[in-house]
Amino acid sequence: MPFAWFVAFRYLRDAKGQTALILAAVSVGVGVVVFLSALIGGLQTSLVDKTLGSQAHVTLHRPREAPRPLVEPVGDRAIARVMQPAPQRLRSIDSWPTTMAEIERVGGVTAVSPMVVGAGFARRSEAKEAVLVRGVDPERLLAIIDVRKKIAAGRFDVVGSDVAMGSRLAQLLNVGVGDKVRLTTTEGAEDVVTVSGIFTLGNEAVDRTWVVTSLRHAQSLYALPGGATTIEVKVANVFDAERVARDIHERTGLDADSWMKLNAELLAGLAAQSNSKALIQFFVVVAVALGIASVLVVSVVQKSREIGILRAFGTASRRVLAVFLIQGGVLGLAGSLIGSGFGVLLAKIFERVLRGPDGAPQFPMALGLPLFVSATVMATAVGLLAAVIPARRASRIDPAMAIRNG
Amino acid sequence: MADSLLRVEGVVKEYGERVRTRALGGVDLVVDKGEFAALVGPSGSGKSTLLNIIGLLDRPTSGRVVMGGTDTTGLDDQGLTTLRAHALGFVFQFHHLLPAFTAIENVMLPAWGDEGFPSRAMRAQAEELLRAVGLADRMAFRTTDMSGGEQQRVAIARALSRRPPLVLADEPTGNLDTESANEVFELMRRFNREGGTTFLVVTHDPRIADRCGRVIEIVDGRIRSDDRKRRK
Repeated sequence: MPFAWFVAFRYLRDAKGQTALILAAVSVGVGVVVFLSALIGGLQTSLVDKTLGSQAHVTLHRPREAPRPLVEPVGDRAIARVMQPAPQRLRSIDSWPTTMAEIERVGGVTAVSPMVVGAGFARRSEAKEAVLVRGVDPERLLAIIDVRKKIAAGRFDVVGSDVAMGSRLAQLLNVGVGDKVRLTTTEGAEDVVTVSGIFTLGNEAVDRTWVVTSLRHAQSLYALPGGATTIEVKVANVFDAERVARDIHERTGLDADSWMKLNAELLAGLAAQSNSKALIQFFVVVAVALGIASVLVVSVVQKSREIGILRAFGTASRRVLAVFLIQGGVLGLAGSLIGSGFGVLLAKIFERVLRGPDGAPQFPMALGLPLFVSATVMATAVGLLAAVIPARRASRIDPAMAIRNG
Repeated sequence: MADSLLRVEGVVKEYGERVRTRALGGVDLVVDKGEFAALVGPSGSGKSTLLNIIGLLDRPTSGRVVMGGTDTTGLDDQGLTTLRAHALGFVFQFHHLLPAFTAIENVMLPAWGDEGFPSRAMRAQAEELLRAVGLADRMAFRTTDMSGGEQQRVAIARALSRRPPLVLADEPTGNLDTESANEVFELMRRFNREGGTTFLVVTHDPRIADRCGRVIEIVDGRIRSDDRKRRK
């Protein structure tokens, strides 16, 4: 074994109590960091997942209609005008299949789904509920929101006049799979549809208002033959959605809303969480570094005569430096390994003990390899850095003085 | 002299910034290969200062130390360290073994610390030395589990582990009972006679000094007498 490693390990082994104490301190520190990261990472992932479970990453509409003056001012003639916001009709995106093909070429876009979205009422005997009719191309919709996985009853099968609706809505209308419901749209069209599937997407507003039907059916209900009012987009990296939305807006002129814009408060919350996590981690790292440094400083003082003797016998000062750097690095590395285990244990216990009413963990933990790798690299680096000052002090010990005075 | 191993020329050592204290006031000394010399003198006479300067652990204020033909004046710290590793062995009053290590590890450490890696030859050499000092059955013992005499014998084996031409011993028997002191002294004499290693021994003990081939007496930072004739 190289000299510096041999001496470093022997010193660590010889000072069992000190080594055990500082290892415990580093382990607790790393354990807290791992646990906290897993907790907050898991929480954020599950929040984002929940939000995106019923929402496209980017939603595209025609720009709102601007008021069009009936008379334009000409030359020096002054005209008194009254401008009123234009009434917003339900209109199709112009030549949407071409637009859709173009959107598919935007970087980061993984799925695109056209739809007709309109308001209306659903009626079943005395019960009457306001609904949001969404006419979709089923395969394309499924690529964006996997309704099939969230089906509570029946099947997700929207062809002809078969529709799927939210579970809350079904409850309010008191309908089950196979029952018929009368739909009235804002355009005045009326149709009787059959409920083929009931879904729970986990968002109250969605589960209470959505009626999903085929694109063709919705086109006829809203008198938009061949049209689509909305295009929904899925992107590869959910946090890239805002950039993709801007790209699409620039290319197509469509109004593009990313989920990030529509959920700005959620994102602000997530950012605040991340910041507080970073702050806690920072202070844990500082505490760990101070712990390692103080133990090594004491060790250098205790061993200064021995270091002096090694120097007298011709050990180069850089090897003395290495002895203490290695001790710092090894304490950081070993502490991070034990601490990672400790953090995982804590996370698993937390996950197991705190469960929601449905039996799912209330705090899903994000325990991934990158977390452990980064914790280990960080702790080892902190150990090495913390050892720099004591190690330099050791390497500068004057042998004659140290041997005489201890 | 062609055989001179160590030449100390006009060495002055002063301490202090404002009030200068002169520890050595111009010391000239030549030690030849194969000598066994005692350095005696009252405490505070400058013995230890001289030994530190000869041991390349300290630098003289003026004058120079020539070790085996190398003038040490121009060497930097790394140069002095390398020269110490190859030209010098040390035995201290309080053995100063490293308590975290076994006897054989202590004997191997100087070579290990200089070369970086241990080798089979290093171990064989250390074993041979420990056998030579009569500790064949104590090699794997922690030095803290040994008697004072045994510890000092390990220290002698350590000092000789690089086969240095010169060993500096600072009161090597000062902390031992008469019998152990005698054993340790005889051991050094034997390495001197059989191995040709040169010894410079600082001692208070006139009985030890009397048995050395040369006695250098230092008083108030100067050599008062240098008696080469006394032979046992």
